[in-house]
Amino acid sequence: MATPLVELKDMCIAFGGVQAVDHVSVDLFPGEVVGLLGHNGAGKSTLIKMLSGAYKADAGEIRIDGKEVHIHSPRDARAHNIETIYQTLALADNLDAASNLFLGRELTSPLGFVDDDAMEAETRKIMGRLNSNFSKFHAPVKALSGGQRQSVAIARAVYFNAKILIMDEPTAALGVHETQMVADLIQELKKQGLGIFLISHDIHDVFQLCDRIAVMKNGQLVGTARTSDVTDDDVLGMIILGKCPPGAVPGPGAFVEDVPAG
Amino acid sequence: MSETALAGQKSPTARSIFSALQLDTRFLGMIGAFIVLCLVFNVFTDGRFLTPRNIFNLTIQTVSVAIMATGMVFVIVTRHIDLSVGSVLATIAAVMAVVQTDFLPDILGLGHPATWILAILAGIVVGVLIGAFQGWTIGYLSIPAFIVTLGGLLVWRNVAWFITSGQTIGPLDDTFTMIGGIGGTMGETGSWIFGILAVAAALWLQVASRRRKASHGFPVKPAWAEITMAVISTCAILGFVWVLNAYDIPKARLQRIFEASGETLPEGLTMGYGIPYSVVLLIVVAIVMTMVARRTRLGRYIFATGGNPDAAELSGINTRLLTVKVFAIMGGLAALAAAVAAARLGFSTNDIGTLDELRVIAAAVIGGTALAGGVGTIYGAILGALIMQSLQSGMAMVGVDAPLQNIVVGTVLVLAVLVDIIYRKRTGD
Repeated sequence: MATPLVELKDMCIAFGGVQAVDHVSVDLFPGEVVGLLGHNGAGKSTLIKMLSGAYKADAGEIRIDGKEVHIHSPRDARAHNIETIYQTLALADNLDAASNLFLGRELTSPLGFVDDDAMEAETRKIMGRLNSNFSKFHAPVKALSGGQRQSVAIARAVYFNAKILIMDEPTAALGVHETQMVADLIQELKKQGLGIFLISHDIHDVFQLCDRIAVMKNGQLVGTARTSDVTDDDVLGMIILGKCPPGAVPGPGAFVEDVPAG
Repeated sequence: MSETALAGQKSPTARSIFSALQLDTRFLGMIGAFIVLCLVFNVFTDGRFLTPRNIFNLTIQTVSVAIMATGMVFVIVTRHIDLSVGSVLATIAAVMAVVQTDFLPDILGLGHPATWILAILAGIVVGVLIGAFQGWTIGYLSIPAFIVTLGGLLVWRNVAWFITSGQTIGPLDDTFTMIGGIGGTMGETGSWIFGILAVAAALWLQVASRRRKASHGFPVKPAWAEITMAVISTCAILGFVWVLNAYDIPKARLQRIFEASGETLPEGLTMGYGIPYSVVLLIVVAIVMTMVARRTRLGRYIFATGGNPDAAELSGINTRLLTVKVFAIMGGLAALAAAVAAARLGFSTNDIGTLDELRVIAAAVIGGTALAGGVGTIYGAILGALIMQSLQSGMAMVGVDAPLQNIVVGTVLVLAVLVDIIYRKRTGD
C-alpha cells in the first residue's frame, strides 16, 4: 500500500478538562477525499485545527508523506502545503479580495513594499478560473455575496499549490449553483492529486464527494469506511448511536453491543 | 445592499464624477465641514481667522497632536486605545530637557551643534521603549489596552515629575527650539523650493501609478480626472506655501535678526516666515505613516488584524508581536510630538501634553478611524487634528467663554461620530 499523504495518529487535545479529541487516528491518501462526520461538538473541527496549526495537540503524531512533522502554528501548516478553508472563511472583511488571498504571504516589490498591482493581477487570473462572474476586485470583501466570499476563501487555499486541503463546511452558506461549483472544484483538485479532508453535515454531499468517511462522536473515532461499502442509514447509525456497521473499520469510540459479561 | 451601491454608480450623477476621480467622499465631506467652519469663524472674527498669521499659528499649534494622531490611527485600527500619550509625551519631554540641559553640556559643552539631535534621539529611544513595554503587556499578558494605558496615564505623568523634581526645565537648546514652529522656518525661497519639489513628487507619483496600472491592463482613471487631480494637488500645495510665505516676520524681530549677524536692516525690506520645520516634520511623518499603512506588510497586517483578528492569526500573522510594534510606533511618534511641543514652549513643564490623549483620540476619530477597528486613514487623522485645533482657537478668538469652549468641543466630537455612523450606514461601507 502506498504511503498516506497525511497520517494523524492518536491525536489528543483537552480544553479545561474536557477531552475534545481523544486518541483519534485517521489518514488521507493523495487524490482522495475523506469526509469527517459527527454531531456538533464531536471534535471534527478541533481535530482538523490541530492539522492546520490553529491548535497545538496535547499528544499524538502527524506524519506527512511518511515523515513526522511538528505543526505549532498556521505558518508551519502552510509550510507543509496544508491549506484550510474555515467554516467562518477567516477573511478580513475590511480588505479587498487580493489582500485576503495573499494575507500573510504578500507579494512584494524589490524594495520590500507590498505589490498590490501584482497581487490584483494574480487574483484576477485565479478568480477567472474559479468564478468567472467575480468582478469586485476593489471592494472590501464584506461587500461581497456569500458565494463570492467563499470563492475568495477557496482561491486562497488553492492558489499556493496546496497538497492537503481542509474544507470545513464549504457549502453550508451556499446556494445550489455555488454548491455545484464547489463540488466541481473538488473533483478537479482530486484529479490533480490533492488530498482533501471535508467536514460536512450533509450526508448527500458526503456520498457524492467523498471516497471514505471517518465518523467521530464525543471526541472519539467511531470508525472509518469507504462510501461504497456503507449506506446512508449505516452512516447515520454511526453518527447518532456510534454503531459500527459491518462494512466499516471500527475505532476506539465504536459502541459495542455484545458486551461480554464480567 | 452591495447591489444597490453598484447600480447607483452607473447613473451619471455627481457620484459618478467622484468615483471617476476616485476620491474618498467621506474625506471630501470633512474638508467641506472644515471650510465651512473656517468661513464661519472668519465672519465672527471680522476676517481675522483667515489671515496668513492665524493660519500659520493654527498649523504650528496642530503639529504635535497631529503627529500623535497618525500613530493613534494604527492603535485604534487594531482595536486598542492609548490613553497614555499625553503623559508619555511629558516623560519624554522631561528626558529630552534633562539630556540637553544637564547631561550633554557636561559631556559636549554648552551649545554643541549635536545637542539637539542627541536629545531627540534619546527621547525617541525612551518613547519606543515605553510604547513597546505597554504593547507587550497588552499583547503578551493580555491586559486590555484601556487598563494598561489608563495606568500609564498616571504613571508616566508622574515619572516626568520625578525626572524633573517638579521643576520647569529650560531654556532649551537654541537649535532644538527651532523644531517648535515660529523659531524655525524655511524662509520664502526655501519654502517655494520645497513646494515645487512637493508638486513634482505628487505629479510623478500620479504618473507612476497610472503607468503601473496600465502595464497590468487594469482600468485607469479618465484623462480629465487625472488632470483635475493634478491641478487640485498643485494648487493646494503652492497655495499653502503662498499663505505661509505671506505671513511677514515682524519688523522688530527682523531687526534683531539682522543685528545679531552684525548688519543693519535695509529700509523697506520684508521677509515671510515660510514653512515651519515642525510642519515639514509632520509632512514627513504623514508620508512615512501612509507608506507603512498602504505599502508594507506591517500596515497590511495592522488593518487585517483590526478587520478580523482571528483571520489574521489563522493567516500566520503574529498578532501579539504586532501589538508591540503598533504601541512602539505610537511611543516613537509621542517622542517626536514631545520634541515639537517642548521646543514650541522653549521649556519642559510638568503639565506639558495634559489632555493630549483626548485631543489625539478625538482627532483620529473625527478623521474617520472607527473604534470597532479595521478602518482609518492617516490624512483623515491629520485633518481631524486641524479641525479640533481650529475649533478651539477659533472660539478663543471669537471670545467664547472657556467652559463653553470645552462644551462645544466635546459635543462636536460626539456629533462627528454620529454623522460618521449615519454616513457609513447609508453608503454601506
